[in-house]
Amino acid sequence: MSKTLIRGAKVLGGEPQDVLIDGGTVAEVGSGLSAEGAEVVEAGGKVLLPGLVDLHTHLREPGREDSETVLTGTRAAASGGYTAVFAMANTFPVADTAGVVEQVWRLGKEHGYCDVQPIGAVTVGLEGKKLAELGAMHESAAGVTVFSDDGKCVHDAVIMRRALEYVKAFDGVVAQHAQEPRLTEGAQMNEGVVSAELGLGGWPAVAEESVIARDVLLADHVGSRVHICHLSTAGSVEIVRWAKSRGIRVTAEVTPHHLLLTDELVRSYNPVYKVNPPLRTERDVLALREALADGTIDIVATDHAPHPHEDKDCEWAAAAMGMVGLETALSVVQETMVDTGLLDWAGVAERMSFTPARIGRAEGHGRPVSAGEPANLTLVDTAYRGPVDPAGFASRSRNTPYEGRELPGRVTHTWLRGKATLVDGKLT
Amino acid sequence: MDTQDPQPPPTSHADARPVLEAPDIARVMTRIAHEIVERAKGADDVVLLGIPTRGVFLARRLADKLEQITERKVPVGSLDITMYRDDLRMQPPRALARTEIPGDGIDGKLVVLVDDVLFSGRTIRAALDALNDIGRPRAVQLAVLVDRGHRELPIRADYVGKNLPTSLRETVKVLLAEEDGRDTVLLGAKQTPQ
Amino acid sequence: MQRHLISAADLTRDDAVLILDTAEEMARVADRPIKKLPTLRGRTVVNLFFEDSTRTRISFEAAEKRLSADVINFSAKGSSVSKGESLKDTAQTLEAMGVDAVVIRHGASGAPYRLATSGWIDAHVINAGDGTHQHPTQALLDAFTMRRRLVGRDAGLGQDLNGRRITLVGDVLHSRVARSNVDLLHTLGAEVTLVAPPTLLPVGVETWPCEVSYDLDSTLPKSDAVMMLRVQRERMNAAFFPTEREYSRRYGLDGDRMARMPGHAIVMHPGPMVRGMEITAEVADSDRCTVVEQVTNGVSIRMAVLYLLLGGAEFQTAGTPAAPARTAEEN
Repeated sequence: MSKTLIRGAKVLGGEPQDVLIDGGTVAEVGSGLSAEGAEVVEAGGKVLLPGLVDLHTHLREPGREDSETVLTGTRAAASGGYTAVFAMANTFPVADTAGVVEQVWRLGKEHGYCDVQPIGAVTVGLEGKKLAELGAMHESAAGVTVFSDDGKCVHDAVIMRRALEYVKAFDGVVAQHAQEPRLTEGAQMNEGVVSAELGLGGWPAVAEESVIARDVLLADHVGSRVHICHLSTAGSVEIVRWAKSRGIRVTAEVTPHHLLLTDELVRSYNPVYKVNPPLRTERDVLALREALADGTIDIVATDHAPHPHEDKDCEWAAAAMGMVGLETALSVVQETMVDTGLLDWAGVAERMSFTPARIGRAEGHGRPVSAGEPANLTLVDTAYRGPVDPAGFASRSRNTPYEGRELPGRVTHTWLRGKATLVDGKLT
Repeated sequence: MDTQDPQPPPTSHADARPVLEAPDIARVMTRIAHEIVERAKGADDVVLLGIPTRGVFLARRLADKLEQITERKVPVGSLDITMYRDDLRMQPPRALARTEIPGDGIDGKLVVLVDDVLFSGRTIRAALDALNDIGRPRAVQLAVLVDRGHRELPIRADYVGKNLPTSLRETVKVLLAEEDGRDTVLLGAKQTPQ
Repeated sequence: MQRHLISAADLTRDDAVLILDTAEEMARVADRPIKKLPTLRGRTVVNLFFEDSTRTRISFEAAEKRLSADVINFSAKGSSVSKGESLKDTAQTLEAMGVDAVVIRHGASGAPYRLATSGWIDAHVINAGDGTHQHPTQALLDAFTMRRRLVGRDAGLGQDLNGRRITLVGDVLHSRVARSNVDLLHTLGAEVTLVAPPTLLPVGVETWPCEVSYDLDSTLPKSDAVMMLRVQRERMNAAFFPTEREYSRRYGLDGDRMARMPGHAIVMHPGPMVRGMEITAEVADSDRCTVVEQVTNGVSIRMAVLYLLLGGAEFQTAGTPAAPARTAEEN
């Protein structure tokens, strides 16, 4: 197999070094490495990170191929610097059987842009009533370890308890979409000053926080680990912080959009800002950034949620919830965490690669950039700054809240096991 | 409503020349009153309707003079023609002025419309349309302080204070004490936009 | 005034007073033998109703017809409009027909705003009530009714409602009428108090430019106008209040309570009234209750809004004052 020499890259933001890829692995990291027989990529001070890992992606296939497919979704992932994504189970049919998860897993392998690790549904049909065959999905070729009813909350306390207990047998984890359903009936946006004015149904913070509180206590009680999806409120941060201080095995994710955007944007009634959980307040945003910096929140996950144009080109109430995120995630993290001084690039690698890979047990991902490790790498031009142009997205959908917004950072190269999936910003 | 207009008037009074002063205006109003009495054979059924803004003040002045001559109260009111204008779409929406029809109405009466300046005739056309929606007068006549010519419609005045031949590059501005603090008619040059 | 009327919050004090003054002149048309003006001849106005509301629709229709507009009524209720794209499709259909204004009633908050700002349509948009957001012409007709009763028909011209104490009682949470009224009455200088059980007040109400009270009896003696909001019986099932009887006892307006109001104070209701729930028949039928006047005034207000939005040329800039009634020269 071929060799690639990445010359003068700031590995995890450190001093410029050369990185030699030989075949599927990193052969050598050092200064003045020989370029003999290797294709040379002049990094010129760009930052080299381990390939990013997204624990929360909606690839929509099977069932909603009009909004995304495994192919378009993994191309979008490679564009954004990702080498592995976890595909959520809310497809049609729901990924609640070994058959569906294997299909998604195989599609990812075939296309080869990015490893696709399916997430299995916790309950049959995401209905919250009956446990899906979690063991069968784990034992399938897809080797599912993360289970989630994302999009819906596993709101029944007994089902949640059983799921937490059951997955212990194979070191699985339940990723909870924390949303108390009764408190969010008709919910359209964050409940607060803005919702009161706009007359849109409120999605109160307590509907998230009460479920997180219950689930960390359940995880503690049954000695299992639990993962909290898209944590969005300052109150949730406090609960997770308390749980971690008690030694409860909880991990949590935050989305890029919750690190940057607030519910003030909803005043435009533009459904591009409609997302679940909803955009919260400035106070929440600042608490989330702080929690991501201090480790209370473990990782950034995109909740990449593609929707076709017509599902957003309508009135607010009729619009679908969600935003695409794979191709802008790193830029938003640089804007909100790195350029603000809250996090260095090593910290970004921790939260967008090492830790999500560890939570999801993604073999070969989230590894250090050192000799002998799989060459899953991403090269970022951190000096770049420019407006977001959805027309250039690899994703099939364009529902980004950042259109036209100036953001820093651009992924120029991505390597999946030594094979370049993105070169000079272009997919291979 | 002109008083609420924050914009400067289209003509600068400074370079305008008075063509009628207060005593002239008083005199022609008296003359018009006499002409109305004469032509209306005593003015028993006359109703004066002024067209806002300044036509209303002129109508009230005429009513006072008619009362002096005939020793009878002459009904006087106002007729806002804004909603009947043919150039509504050429300017931003205008604030409405008051239409006040005297208690006995206008049916079967001799309505004398009163306005300050007669120019294109379009205002009077609008006033006739407005009258049509309010009642059926026996006859309609028109009294104006100044007729400056340049008619665009087949309309003429029955009573004219002063015929004032003008060019289209000139402006005629009537100032009345009730609205402007003094009585005068000014002839000025239209300001050409830069 | 802007191109559209979406929210009462968009109106400045001068905009609002101009609308009320214009409505006062429009009201006089109703006293004439021919209740019609040629002003909007050749203009097409569509009443696009995604929600049933006969009274609002016929009020707009009467206003449009009195101004000689061509009126198209489009009731989208019952057709396949549950899917969002139909608003866009419908808008583009109307655009293709060359309509000048769309009067829209929609169950989704923000739908008129989307219609006005999404580029689907060039027509003027007038919000006839959207979800639980806004109902600006209702607020205007309420303010008009208050100004007539509390300041005077002629004395009110050019005036606002400075210092008047207005109390709104009932289901504020689900009420677009309450939101519009709080915005407009505040702009007009009134002191607004909301009275409701805490369950029927939105979280965030504390930032509104008004007072909030849970106690009706202590508020009534300090009110120049009391507006009772409709309370739907279904709210009871969602535990907003225990029973109809308890609601009426604590927040309903009956004769005894009305007697606690100052002698000049009026009782208002946007209709339709739920007699026996928020208001007793005795109060509803008393001469202090302005419900019927409000309906009459609604037509005048809507004529004024239609005239000011459609009666002239397009504004160059927002906030352009209306031209004087006539320029000094004859046209």
